[in-house]
Amino acid sequence: MVLAPRPEDLDFILHDMLRVEELAEYPRFEEHGRETFEAVLETARRIAEDKFQPHNRAADLAEPKLVDGKVEIIPEIGQAIEAFNQAGFSAAHHDEALGGMQLPWTVVQAAFVHFQAANLSTAAYPFLSIAAANLIRAQGTDAQKARYLGPLLKGRYFGTMVLSEPHAGSSLSDVRTTAKPDGNQGYRLTGSKMWISGGEHEMAENILHLVLARIEGAPAGVKGLSLFLVPRIREDGALNDVRLVGLNHKMGYRGTVNTALAFGDGGDCHGELIGEANEGLAYMFGMMNEARIGVGLGAIMLAYQGYLTSLDYARERPQGRHPGEKDPDAPQVMLIEHADIRRMLLKQKAVAEGGLALGLWLARLVDRHGQDPSERERIEAGLLLDIVTPIIKAFFSDQALAANDAAIQIMGGAGYTRDHPVEQYWRDNRLNPIHEGANGIQAIDLLGRKATMRDGAAFGLLVREIEAETVTARQAPMLEDLSDQLSSALNRVRHVTSVLTSAQLGPMKMLANASEYMEMMGHLVLAWIWLRQASAAVEGLRGEDGGHVGDREDFLKGKLHTCRYVFARELPKISPLADTLEHFDMTTFDMDTEWF
Amino acid sequence: MKVLVPVKRVIDYNVKVRVKADQTGVELANVKMSMNPFDEISVEAALRMKEAGQASEVVAVSLGVQQCQETIRTALAMGADRGIHVLHDGELEPLAVAKMLKAIVDKEEPGLVILGKQAIDDDCNQTGQMLAALLGWAQGTFISRLEVGDGELKATREVDGGLETVALKTPAIVTTDLRLNEPRYASLPNIMKAKKKPIDQMSPADLGVDPAPRLETLKVVEPDKREAGVIVADVTELVDKLRNEAKVI
Repeated sequence: MVLAPRPEDLDFILHDMLRVEELAEYPRFEEHGRETFEAVLETARRIAEDKFQPHNRAADLAEPKLVDGKVEIIPEIGQAIEAFNQAGFSAAHHDEALGGMQLPWTVVQAAFVHFQAANLSTAAYPFLSIAAANLIRAQGTDAQKARYLGPLLKGRYFGTMVLSEPHAGSSLSDVRTTAKPDGNQGYRLTGSKMWISGGEHEMAENILHLVLARIEGAPAGVKGLSLFLVPRIREDGALNDVRLVGLNHKMGYRGTVNTALAFGDGGDCHGELIGEANEGLAYMFGMMNEARIGVGLGAIMLAYQGYLTSLDYARERPQGRHPGEKDPDAPQVMLIEHADIRRMLLKQKAVAEGGLALGLWLARLVDRHGQDPSERERIEAGLLLDIVTPIIKAFFSDQALAANDAAIQIMGGAGYTRDHPVEQYWRDNRLNPIHEGANGIQAIDLLGRKATMRDGAAFGLLVREIEAETVTARQAPMLEDLSDQLSSALNRVRHVTSVLTSAQLGPMKMLANASEYMEMMGHLVLAWIWLRQASAAVEGLRGEDGGHVGDREDFLKGKLHTCRYVFARELPKISPLADTLEHFDMTTFDMDTEWF
Repeated sequence: MKVLVPVKRVIDYNVKVRVKADQTGVELANVKMSMNPFDEISVEAALRMKEAGQASEVVAVSLGVQQCQETIRTALAMGADRGIHVLHDGELEPLAVAKMLKAIVDKEEPGLVILGKQAIDDDCNQTGQMLAALLGWAQGTFISRLEVGDGELKATREVDGGLETVALKTPAIVTTDLRLNEPRYASLPNIMKAKKKPIDQMSPADLGVDPAPRLETLKVVEPDKREAGVIVADVTELVDKLRNEAKVI
């Protein structure tokens, strides 16, 4: 079976578009070069193909079960994670002194997308553990790092993110779990938690729960939340007082066990504070931002898998004849010969390849943010990350789901059956608009915070990036019209943003159409990332060494034409959205709750 | 005991091979290349011997264009200790390869050479046997099991009738089959270590071998396309078609 991403596409994004080998100019990465990056990606692809992809369906059919109080998970999941860890992926970006490889985050992400494409629900376990290790590295004390980082990086311990409660999902200010000082620098936690992925299983020596809770007497709301590390097994070897209440039975993403947990039912749940008291949400958001890019990329990789699967099908499945063909005995043409099928393939390609390019551009910003010698560069990279993260999480998870929908549609009845993988991609992908901050909340975050933060500095930087690309693209005659089109779309978006953020509407009305704003920004960013790819493709078509383009010609022309598709069919969607926003249309807001 | 493992750079097994328009060979420009999968099994076998204390050093050898160093680097990233690269830009046939390997064996004096039973590009299945003949060493080909004793090896061969176990006096040649082992992945820390491991480069002339091909390739063409099947009405028609159209009975 095909595995996304296509190697020539990944190569194009990393080298033609992002020039990742330039990362070796940062002292931290000076040992690296194209050779080590390619060797890492090769190992990732092979493990993803051999160990992750084969059980993707099996894990869907046999969801985790509770047997005699223990969570039973098909063994292939643990074996795949073991191969992942043995190859060193959990430690890849960490210091050499910690057993890591000091690999740039861009390459870590480029490697990880193979696991997400192959099997998103198995990849979720190391995904959470890597995020937990990053958080402990950033906020833990030396003692905590010494105790927990090593086993996490080796994959002996797994990590979780424990935020939601049965009555408080999106609304974290209502978290009730409490932490009482035990008089010995530790805490005892009490409370119920919900939707905890990887919350209980037998695959790891230990599970480290990173739990949001309120220290007794802390302020109400999110300002009173602290972060605690609660191990499943305590340092003295005793089982901690974390009880599995039950498993959630999901429509997709089934390999990732999802749990309801009770902390401290027996009054003896030991936890340790991470960082400062009442700063928990800020720390968790440090982890969540990374997770949100990861969620976006996971959704995009499912779109990519669906694209490649339906593309293969469309190329091989004879069905019908061209509209002008009157002879019923004429041989059937392949599905891909039909214009409407190509429309649905283009839609998927635009989201899948454009999304991957955007996700890896963001990962490269993470490297710039962490490593650039210039403080200004680091700050700017951080602001760009702030404003684009909600877009890749929300807009792209919505679009990726629509892409999977198109894959099913292309394959018709076959796509609707469990004989083909696309229905599972859709079900697995349906989670992505929900978790790690529902898309509606991402939209509010984008319009209510990110677009205006630091007097619009983040928004201004994004505008600058897009403007710079229109200048670059204009140098290629064949991209001139697209460059103009993006410039005018950008002006429209700037105008809408300034109207919305300066009007004295009050937060209720201003944020009422945040989802439309998200969609408008998403289309702008999608068009921009495709113009960037088109510029790189024009460069590639000029060829190296006096014009040798070789086998890449079709591939590069495909990039150029997909860019044209995005500008002809997707970017114009900005206009009606901008109308709605500029005119402060309140149709949805004004609907009385009693009128439904 | 030192173990020598020749590794060949071939078109990746996932690539759909295309014949060049001028029929002189297959398209290699911009095509993904990897280590011959049978050679990965050889590297794995050598590494397991080293881990079991049966081998002291694992040396990976590749012959061909400059990029063969990438293939050697893959073997080093799996865990081989050092590499030898014989740089040659033209076509190499099994006999020339076997002669050059013999020259390397004479210099390196390994106790065992482990080769893949064949390469997946030309499927020749000759180099190991030729090398054994040139050296006058014992050979165990197509092995699915290897037991290392003192001065002797037991190699289980996959032959047409089943399995055959032969005892070989060392130094010896073995060639590997698919079921011998499952090769390891190049781990990330080992990819970094491999960068620092040495690769010696030499030329066919340094080894005193003339690598010029003995065979002339007239042309390379794709196999005939398989034609669509037909449904026959009855056995009589089937027999008739087999006899008169397919001419197989």
